[in-house]
Amino acid sequence: MTVEATLFYGFAILAVVSALGMLLNFRNTVASAMSLVVTMVSLAGIYVLLEAYLVAAIQVMVYGGAIVVLFLFVVMLLNLSTDEFPRGRRRLAKLALVVAGVALLAQALVALGRSPLLSAPVAAVPEGFGGYRALGIALYTDFVLLVEMASLLLLAAIVGALILAKRKID
Amino acid sequence: MPIEVIVKTLFILVVMVVGIAPVITWIERKQSAVMQDRIGANRADVAGITVLGLLHPAADVIKLITKEDVVPIGANRFMHLVSPLIAAVPAIIAFAVIPFGGVYRFGDTTLNLVAADIDWGLLYIFAIGSIAAYGTVLAGWSSNNNWSMLGGLRASAQMISYEVTLGLTVVGAFMVFETLRLSDMALAQDRTLWLFGILPVPAWGIFFQPLGFLMFLTAIMAENKRPPFDIPEGESEIIAGYHLEYSGMRFGLFFMSEFIEIIVIAALTATIFLGGWAVPWASTDAIIAGLSRWVGVGFATALCMLIHFATFLLKVVFMIWVQMLLRWSLPRFRYDQVMNLCWKILLPLSIANIFVTGLVLLWVRG
Repeated sequence: MTVEATLFYGFAILAVVSALGMLLNFRNTVASAMSLVVTMVSLAGIYVLLEAYLVAAIQVMVYGGAIVVLFLFVVMLLNLSTDEFPRGRRRLAKLALVVAGVALLAQALVALGRSPLLSAPVAAVPEGFGGYRALGIALYTDFVLLVEMASLLLLAAIVGALILAKRKID
Repeated sequence: MPIEVIVKTLFILVVMVVGIAPVITWIERKQSAVMQDRIGANRADVAGITVLGLLHPAADVIKLITKEDVVPIGANRFMHLVSPLIAAVPAIIAFAVIPFGGVYRFGDTTLNLVAADIDWGLLYIFAIGSIAAYGTVLAGWSSNNNWSMLGGLRASAQMISYEVTLGLTVVGAFMVFETLRLSDMALAQDRTLWLFGILPVPAWGIFFQPLGFLMFLTAIMAENKRPPFDIPEGESEIIAGYHLEYSGMRFGLFFMSEFIEIIVIAALTATIFLGGWAVPWASTDAIIAGLSRWVGVGFATALCMLIHFATFLLKVVFMIWVQMLLRWSLPRFRYDQVMNLCWKILLPLSIANIFVTGLVLLWVRG
């Protein structure tokens, strides 16, 4: 196995195991959140192997860092203990969720198997692919409208959150 | 190639981490003593020889290693044991992208004094820094102590806030140098500008981005959580905050990671704003040309490499001195003051800085 392949399988196994850890640690919210961080960082490792460096850095900075730290902040403030989670309730709902999850996974696997991407020849990586230059030019020329729409959406969310918070203070 | 990487990694670990970091604890004691008109650390001795108190770091290490490692009752054992590592490792691996010198050609081989010369060096540092926050937050949570918990909460809020600002404060420098690769940033500062045609000024980032320099230094010092930004520790309010329940070398790791971060901050500031390894008023070519009048070109290149490394170390030591000066001059800010400084002063100013830099660059470069 080449170095890249070894690294890929290492990161892939780590990502899957820590994702399962996030699900199975539901009694300990902080451990669950930390498993999510490990998943995010291993995904960033896979992005680096795909030469998508900017995406990898942003994955660690935004998802691995900022967002989960905010999760942790809320979890620590609430300081949930295990007995606050109701045990064994809504069995039917849980069963339905598991069935839906398995169905989604099966559908994704079938779609992946039919995808032409698997049999397509591997194209050479263009110069500067995945760097901040290529991505920045793409974002601020071809997709500038989408970027602006996304930023407006975020602004609306911030204003909305502020109004909700302020109503409680008043 | 792997041998080169291993040599560079060993160099970073031995010189920057094991070599300089303990000396900084001594500098901190001595400098605070000088500033407060005291004598300072001078008691640790071997057979009566104190060497200006330089034995204190060694005494510290022996004390920390031999102390009992206490895990409090009710603590989350795994998280409690692992969080000092999460705090210390990012600080050490941040050195990977910092250039200790330029690129030197010896015959057919070239020597690049960066361990990992990646195109997204600055982003790598920020990504590493955002992971380091977990060390503090988890230490606070896992100790099962209310003071620690408060420290962890404060740390998470402070580090998230300053991460945002820290990224925005260097965008100006990024626009001026048009690169995120730290070695290219240093290389771009290895020249002299002629101000008004008569005044030679080294093309350092601080002269292009004076406001950016000040804001970057403020934000990155706040990220390091040392006084005056040490609200996660806040001895007078929450005793010692997040590392209250740590003893022995696990406390030592938190302690060392702060001091290693001081070196990282100094090296980063020197590279982005103070010309990195570049000697003011003398470019690499000029130094090599001047030296090769007396010695061979190969030897002149090697000498130039040493001069560059010494220049870089000098700038790093200067920035460490500046940080110590600020740390011992200013009292601890209140929590709301720290937050206001970040969101109401630094963030709008850094966005204004980006805007003005963009306008000037448009005007200059057309």
